[in-house]
Amino acid sequence: MARRVGVVLFPGSNCEYDVVEATDALGAEAEILWHGTADLNGVDVVILPGGFAHGDYLRPGAIARFSPVMAAVVDFARGGGPVVGICNGFQVLTEAGLLPGALQKNSGLTFLCQDALLEVVSSASVLTRGVAPGTRLRIPINHFEGNYTVDPDTLHQLESNGQVVLRYVDNPNGSMGDVAGVTNEAGNVVGLMPHPERASSALLGSSDGLVLLGALLDVVAAAS
Amino acid sequence: MTGDAPLHRALGLTDDEAAEITRLLGREANHLELAMYAVMWSEHCSYKSSRAHLGRLFTEGPHVLVGPGENAGVIDAGDGIAVALRIESHNHPSAIEPYQGAATGVGGILRDIFTMGARPVALMDPLRFGPLDDARSRWIAAGVVSGISGYGNSVGVPTVGGETVFDDCYAENPLVNVLCCGLLPIDRLVLGQASGLGNLAVLLGSATGRDGIGGVSVLASAGFTDDADVEAAKRPNVQVGDPFEEKRLIEACLELLDARLAVGIQDLGGAGLTCATSETASRGGVGMDVSVAAVPQREEGMVAWEVMTSESQERMLAIVTPENLERVIDVCRRWEVTASVVGRVTDTGRLRILDDFGGQVLADVPAVTLHEDAPLYHRPLAEPGDRAARAADDPADLPAPKDCGADLLALLEDPSWVYRQYDHQLFLNTVVAPGGDAALLRLSAPGVRGPAGTHRGMALSTDGNGHWCSLDPRAGTSLVVAESALNVACVGGRPVALVNCLNFGNPEHPEVMWQLSEAIDGMAEACRALDIPVIGGNVSLYNESRGRDIDPTPVVGTLGLVDNLDRRPPGIALAAGQRILLLGPDVVSLGGSRWAVQLRGHRNGRLAPLDLELHARLLALVAGLAGHDGVGGIHDVADGGLGVALAEMAVHSGVGFSVQLPGPADHLELFGEGPSRVLLSATPAAAAEIAVAATADGIACTELGAAGGDRLVVAGLVDLGVAEATQRWRSVLPEALGH
Repeated sequence: MARRVGVVLFPGSNCEYDVVEATDALGAEAEILWHGTADLNGVDVVILPGGFAHGDYLRPGAIARFSPVMAAVVDFARGGGPVVGICNGFQVLTEAGLLPGALQKNSGLTFLCQDALLEVVSSASVLTRGVAPGTRLRIPINHFEGNYTVDPDTLHQLESNGQVVLRYVDNPNGSMGDVAGVTNEAGNVVGLMPHPERASSALLGSSDGLVLLGALLDVVAAAS
Repeated sequence: MTGDAPLHRALGLTDDEAAEITRLLGREANHLELAMYAVMWSEHCSYKSSRAHLGRLFTEGPHVLVGPGENAGVIDAGDGIAVALRIESHNHPSAIEPYQGAATGVGGILRDIFTMGARPVALMDPLRFGPLDDARSRWIAAGVVSGISGYGNSVGVPTVGGETVFDDCYAENPLVNVLCCGLLPIDRLVLGQASGLGNLAVLLGSATGRDGIGGVSVLASAGFTDDADVEAAKRPNVQVGDPFEEKRLIEACLELLDARLAVGIQDLGGAGLTCATSETASRGGVGMDVSVAAVPQREEGMVAWEVMTSESQERMLAIVTPENLERVIDVCRRWEVTASVVGRVTDTGRLRILDDFGGQVLADVPAVTLHEDAPLYHRPLAEPGDRAARAADDPADLPAPKDCGADLLALLEDPSWVYRQYDHQLFLNTVVAPGGDAALLRLSAPGVRGPAGTHRGMALSTDGNGHWCSLDPRAGTSLVVAESALNVACVGGRPVALVNCLNFGNPEHPEVMWQLSEAIDGMAEACRALDIPVIGGNVSLYNESRGRDIDPTPVVGTLGLVDNLDRRPPGIALAAGQRILLLGPDVVSLGGSRWAVQLRGHRNGRLAPLDLELHARLLALVAGLAGHDGVGGIHDVADGGLGVALAEMAVHSGVGFSVQLPGPADHLELFGEGPSRVLLSATPAAAAEIAVAATADGIACTELGAAGGDRLVVAGLVDLGVAEATQRWRSVLPEALGH
């Protein structure tokens, strides 16, 4: 059976259809989940896409975490369901307390839309399972607030637990520990600033994002 | 409101215009009516100085669905998909308040596009600022770029290209043009008109405030003065943007149109409610009653003329049948968009402004008079007296550079500092990103896809060149059109339509009107010869400061189609081991070149001639090469000449070259500019094949040398390291504008 992916749409989200297209192309069956409904409609995987949920007003993710759908996302995550936050979705996950740390403004104080070279650090997450550590992936970033910040003790703990799943080879935004993506202790909730859906075909310049999205969808296929 | 001067003058109307209003109404207009005519008859809204000339443009083609005069031009791109295209200027607001001026320029043009039923999928920003060594110009440039970034990224429309030009003549008056392209299923095409007696005009989006009152008349239709107080006082005429409101408005409006819940839809841009209500009514041949009290207001105590002329952003007017009102309000509520019934369609042909429905009549004018009766000026034209002298002053007579390599380095400038601040990838369409000759996109958008198995694409390029047009506005504008079409061809596109943004000085100066008229003729001539119809445009006049007009700067945005986009074109690159070919004539001039103007401050001379028939053949040849297996790089030779074009191919790919110029080894050959020239990197086999094809088409094909190594070598003139050139290329903008 095709894996069912729920892509959460907050007012101000803008990458939702891109994620749907990229996951559909991998054989999944993606659907949009409206932020105002506290129901995930029985999907197997939840993705919080990029964009500017609620305009990023106050602070990215600060309002979105109060959208009704987030209560259902939190329950789903606590039950072990795979949840991935891309860019703005990562910011929402940190605001919702599902992932440690926060995303501050880039150290250069400008928005950055460019390719980034990433290295897979840990395979212990739903997004990197089966991907060998050391694998290098070229995937674009697109953010103003992507500078991952956490207290040094927590960073050390994340690193030693294998919870830092992706790091930048050439840190573009000042992130502590070059962190590009982290997971929770259980490995089922992942946040990353790069956009794997934007590296989903050779026509767009890279298909490296499919390595991550494929890993995410295979996990569900194996479980069901 | 004013002291001794008559009210109409304070509103920007001349005495003659006021007299005409009295004649049309058969009585003296009241304050509100005068304010409405003042905004609608402004240069910005009425094109009163340029209309007499715009009719000479070439505008026809079998694929043109909507031509000039509507919110956006629309063409049939095949497969049931239509492309909507528009270009606008936000020059004056950006000079006063760079961030908001640029941001609201983006917001405004997006509304023009989704008004047509199209989903906006791409923005482009041709930008012109004063020199980088001027602190105020740097402040304007940084503010404009961050305004486009802040608004465009958040509203969720990628910015896929543009231009960044620095020149003295734009120091006080930057040019901030913005192009938007949208896609729609052909059957969703809607025009902004009201029809159906009893239908309702529903105002969607933001509450109306006092921002932007008189923006089109006081700001956009007058030049700047020397008086700092006067200029500072204009700041409240600049609107403030809210991209989140606009994002929700886009989604709500597209959902309304998809569900066929709106009869017509119209954006509120320049001249606000006055423009939207009068245009929808007059296009539909009906009248409208509008209630001021029904308009949600941001602050207390606003009076009717403020409500009717405010340019508060993020507002749309939908014309809705009474039966559908409830469903319209439901859609808007879901997207958190305020919807209020502010008007009713009548059969009187009159636009009546009421203090409330059934209340006192505050204004009562024939709707059509607000735009169709706007004055039309045949302003005097005069060829500049120094034209012959300027043409004779040839920069080729300047001393030759001692070090051509140093001059070449000084002309390299990587614009990525600008475009990396823009989301240029959203919607997974961007095959060639900013930095290429043209942007290349899949022809696809959420909810707008071709049939399975089709891989259509579109190419977009924006181009202008004030140096060329200053020397000869007619020939210069033809060259600009030719270059834009060639950029599109370099990524494999077949040019099919063009929009223009005519940035000129004060139309009350006869020389400026002459420039405008000549530029329009030059554009018409090139577009007709290349069969590229103009489907829309914008005229921005009064670009001057302290009495000095800008160089005439017509900017064009060219749309090309690609029938089968199944691979990435080679782009601006060299592949080691390949041959370097020059396609096209070796006829160049230093007149108006970057070398002469930027490095020597010499702004005179003549332009190289353009052979439009040859150019049309070159476009077809080049578009076909973008998919050729043996071609490793394609680049249009534009401003900066062969030297800059070769160096750009080297720094983009990190591969050096060793070439011999086609003519004498001198700076004229290296930096001279001329039309219809393209550089190729090709395998020896492909090079031989291309030479045969070019010769058969009557196009010169010259082998210049080979790609490879880590040096840029032009025999007898230049020998630079790729690393040094790359470093210089990358560092110019970050060093000037911050990292």
